[in-house]
Formats: sequence, C-alpha cells, structure tokens
Amino acid sequence: MVDQEAKTTHNKTTGLPRKRFYRARAHSNPLSDSHFPVPLFPSQFDYSLHYPHFFPASSEHDSSKRIQFADIGCGFGGLLVSLSTLFPDTLMIGMEIRDKVTEYVKERILGLRATNPGQYQNISVVRTNSMKYIPNYFGKGQLRKMFFLFPDPHFKEKNHRRRVISPHLLDEYAYALAEGGIIYTITDVEELGEWMKGCLEDHPMFEVLGDEELEADPVVKLLSSATEEGQKVARNGGQTFRAIYRRITP
Amino acid sequence: MAEEDIPMEEGGEDNKELEVAPALIAIHPSQKSLAVAVGSDLRVYDLHEGCALSLVDESCKSYHKDSIRAIQYGVNGQLFVSAGDDKLVKIWSSNSWHCIGTICCEKRVSAIAISNDGLYVCFADKFGVVWLINLEEKDGIFSLVNEKAVPMLSHYCSIITSLEFSPSGQYIVSADRDFKIRVTMAPKRPLGGAHEIHCFCLGHSEFVSCLDFVSSPDCQEGFLVSGSGDSTVRLWDITTGSLLDTCEVGAKAGLLESNEKEEGNFYAVTDLSAVPECTTIAVAIQSFKGIILLSCNISVKSLSITKMISLSGEAFIPTCLGISMSENVLWMIMGISKLQGLDCSSLIRIRAISGIKQSNEEEPIVLEDSEVPGGKKLLDKLQGSISIQENAYLAASEALKKAMSSLLIKKQYSVVNREIRKRTRNDRKLKQ
Repeated sequence: MVDQEAKTTHNKTTGLPRKRFYRARAHSNPLSDSHFPVPLFPSQFDYSLHYPHFFPASSEHDSSKRIQFADIGCGFGGLLVSLSTLFPDTLMIGMEIRDKVTEYVKERILGLRATNPGQYQNISVVRTNSMKYIPNYFGKGQLRKMFFLFPDPHFKEKNHRRRVISPHLLDEYAYALAEGGIIYTITDVEELGEWMKGCLEDHPMFEVLGDEELEADPVVKLLSSATEEGQKVARNGGQTFRAIYRRITP
Repeated sequence: MAEEDIPMEEGGEDNKELEVAPALIAIHPSQKSLAVAVGSDLRVYDLHEGCALSLVDESCKSYHKDSIRAIQYGVNGQLFVSAGDDKLVKIWSSNSWHCIGTICCEKRVSAIAISNDGLYVCFADKFGVVWLINLEEKDGIFSLVNEKAVPMLSHYCSIITSLEFSPSGQYIVSADRDFKIRVTMAPKRPLGGAHEIHCFCLGHSEFVSCLDFVSSPDCQEGFLVSGSGDSTVRLWDITTGSLLDTCEVGAKAGLLESNEKEEGNFYAVTDLSAVPECTTIAVAIQSFKGIILLSCNISVKSLSITKMISLSGEAFIPTCLGISMSENVLWMIMGISKLQGLDCSSLIRIRAISGIKQSNEEEPIVLEDSEVPGGKKLLDKLQGSISIQENAYLAASEALKKAMSSLLIKKQYSVVNREIRKRTRNDRKLKQ
C-alpha cells in the first residue's frame, strides 16, 4: 500500500518524480532560525551517504575526494543534472533551503541513478541555508565552481540583506573557493543583475572573466538552458543578466 | 508533549521580563582604575586615588540609556569603550574620563574590541555586522577621525558574542551564536573592509560566549581559548583553525549529571579570562559558585582543570571576569540590571582572588571584602550596598540564565506551534 502511494508521485515510464507533487512556496526567509541538521564542521559531512558509488561503505580506504562544485539554491536541480555528465568525476552538491524542493531533487537523482547505471553518482543535494552554513560544509579553497542561478530578487530595499549575493557574503564565498575558482550568477531581473555585478566588481577578491574565456567555458551556456528557471525565461522571451567572476588573491 | 501545553512559555516572544543584562567588569591594564557596568549605569573607581570617578560627557550630554553590553579598556590603557542596547558606542579617555566621541549605530551592540595600537575601535551589532571606528592620536590625545562607523565584516544575521584582536594584531576574531568562530585577516586598509577570511574554528555545539588568548613566549600569536553554551572550553590554533583540545568543564566540575545532558540542560560558560604572562585561564560557568582554573600546556597543546575555587559564604556565581596586565588579582562580578520582586532594582557584588598567577610560593586566595584592593570603600562605591540577601543571588542567577538562553539558544517549536506562529506573522498581517 505504502509502496503504491510512493510510486504515484513518480512518472511510471521514467521513474522520475513528478514536480506537481513537490510544490513549494517560491520564497523562504533565510534570516529565520534553521531547524534542520547541519554538520558542525566539513569533515562531519557524510560523503558515503551522498555519493555511495565514490565512497562505498564496505571499503576501508578513505577517499580524499571532495565536493568541488556547489549550486547554491539549486531549485529543481536542472543544472546539476546537466553538469553531472559533463564532469563525471567531479563531486557536486546542490544546496536548497526549501524542504519539498530538496526532496524532489533527491528523488530525481535516485531515479536517474536507477535508470542510468553508473551515471549521476557524482551529484547530490542537501537542505540547508547556504547564507549561514557555507563554512560548515566546505573547507578553505575547496570549491572550484559556485553557482547562483536565478536567485530570489528580494526587491524591497529593506530585504536587500536577504539577497544571496551581498558584499559580506562574498567574503565567505571567496573563502570556500580555490584561487582561480569561478562564481557564476545569472538572473532575469535587471535590477538584481546590476546588484550582483556591482557586488562582485567592488569585491577585492574577484575579477571579471573576459569574453573569450566565457566563450570557451561550456558551463556558461548551461546557465540559461539547463535550469528550470532559465527555460521559463526563454519560453517567455525574457532577457537574462549574467555576472561571472574569478576568485583572485588581492 | 508537556511543552505543547504551555505555548506562551515556549514562545517567549519579546518578553521584556527576560531582557535583563549581566553586570560587567573591566580593569585598567595597570589596575589604575576599575569600571563596572550594570544596566545603563557605568561606574568607575580610581584605585590610585581611592575615589569614585565621575564621567564627563560634554558632546551630547547623554549617558547610556539602556543596558550596557560591553565595556573594555584599550591594551595601552589610554582608552575605554562602552556600548550596549541603546545603540550607542561611547569612547572615553581613561585618563580624564571625558567622552571622546559617541557613535550612533543602527542596531544594538553586542561586542567591542580595541586594536592594540588604540587607533581602531570595532563593535559588533546584533545582526552580525562588525563596524569600525577610526581614531587619531595627537600628543596623547585621541579623537575621532570620522563620526560614522564603516562596516568591516559580517556574520550573516547572527548575534556576535565576542570580538578580539589577536596579540600580534594580524587577525580579528569574532564568535557568534551559530557556534562559529571566524578568524579574519586584519586588512591593510581597514576602512575598505576585512574580506579575507583566514579560517573558521568549528567544533562548538552551542553558542560561543567568550574568547581570549593564552600567550606564550615561543608562540607570538598565542592560542585562542573559547567558552560556549555547550559547557566546554576549547583551545584553538588560529593560524590553521584546528581544534587542539576540548575541556568539558561542565562535566568535570561535576555540574552535569549525564541525564541532564540528555535533556539538553547545559551549563553555559559565561566568561573566561586568560591570566597574562602565564598559562592559567579563569572560567566562570553557570550555576557554579566560584571559579574554575584551567591550565594550558603549550608544548602538548592541551587544557586541564587545575583548581576549582569555591566561594563559600554566599551564592556568588560570577557573570564577568577581569584581570589587569600587571597585578596578580582576578576580579569577579555577579550582577543583574533589574531584578523583579525584590527591593533593589539592580544587584552588584564584586569579589577578588589574589595569587591567580600561581607562582611557586603563592596560592590563589579568595579575598575578604576588607582585603580587596581599594577595600570596603571601593565596594561601597561600586556595589552600592554590601550586604545582599541570599535569595537575591539565587533569583539573579536564575534570571540571568534564562536571559542568556533566550538570547542565544535557538527556540524549538513543535510542528503545531510553528504553524500557529506562521499564521500570526507580522509581515503577513501588514499585507491584509
């Protein structure tokens, strides 16, 4: 009985979860106290739970592999899924604050792993508030790429401090990123695009990527095409605004 | 289930009764004077002259209007800073006790630090932003360069509980209620902000309440010690962020029964103070009527309890500790800004222990009131009255414990209650 119920939330042919069973509010208050578990420090994060293929419980040898890509506010996980096959040996994590959306991504990854044996083993998702707990997940200079795709615009000036890109939070992102690591931001809200670009431009530990580098980077194209939000914007014929910067030593 | 029957208790929303502040104490580096803050009251006693000092504030003629949350002398003894819930940071000359400047902040101030050269004053607000005030010195007279503070770094929306400059001045260390200690490189141009995070010291499983540095001749930076709501004191190497040792002071002091720990009933470390030029650390912990002395072994990088000094005679549980650079005396204060149901509006009691450096011949001795530096006159001026009833002590320590946990411990709501609270959210009401 339980089994049947569980299966109705998934597509019968693909085995993937159906989005309408994982509807969630579009917004979440990042300022409120969190009531989900958070690792006290990065080594407490259980890699074998998230990447069993890379960290089999039976084997004794302790893999030193660490997460290198983080998709902050991963939403329904479109980017992770695309990146997974593009960088099959890189561990990636999606961080999402909304409970139901995280559940969806978790089911989606499990479904993809089941139907494509050997694939999608390098991606996982965690429910967390990345504005508060980045240092609990990643050590200094651990990440090579960070993604902030179509974040909540928080239009009101009173709520600007809830924005995921802000001058002070960039300090923490710079801490988690390795030198040369890249931060990708994109939005369909012009005002937010200006804001994110301004924050990154003014920060001493980031420099803008040149046009040639952007052309050569296969990830750049995915920013608007791979994510659910990006596809929605494209469907409605909207504009997008990117800001892509490299972590440097000042 | 029992919790759900008393939703009001659980909510604890903006309960003004809970908003009491502990009394604070600060000692001039060469024990020239001693400052005490309780509520909005700031009292200073001149130990050289043997008299109470009056503070002069010509600039705006207003003293603190709400509970003072942080007081501190500069390392060189020229400056004194006070700040608190009235969102004012006041910088005083600790020679003339004239107010050098008053800075108005947007939020309540929770912690302050003065750079080793005395040219920068940092303060942290309850939203986790650390601000910087620039001073300049001309012929020994300090003045503000700018009336406005500039933001320097931020813990995202977390109350910063303690702020310190490292002994060499190379790092700024900030601790918060989200269990974190952040070590930031002190920037070359401080007014441009401190963007380079050197490391995080992670390991505490509750709010971090206090920080200090244990110095050693062989290690210029010394080691960082932190006290926490998880009843532990931890030793850190801030050049790497690694945890060197954890001392379960709550458990070792015999305060914590194992079943209590399971119920989440922790005794928070309220303050700690490293004794200058030696490796002793004095620790105050909730519910312990006295002080615990720890010793830091620099070579093997460990912490151990060397002595527990009980203060017999009265239920004195220190809320704040102070020690001067030069003298061998540890000062302790217990006090509360307001105490309901008792005659006295506030309560202060000061005690002192001599021989804190524990040299070969000297053992720590709890001083009687008449033996305290400054004697009974000092106590008279700073405390108000000397005799305090036993029940006042107990009520004060209970009220302080409640205030600390309501300020720094995350409120736990049952699912049902959380839904009720969401329905009555303030921002939603405005829309209707």
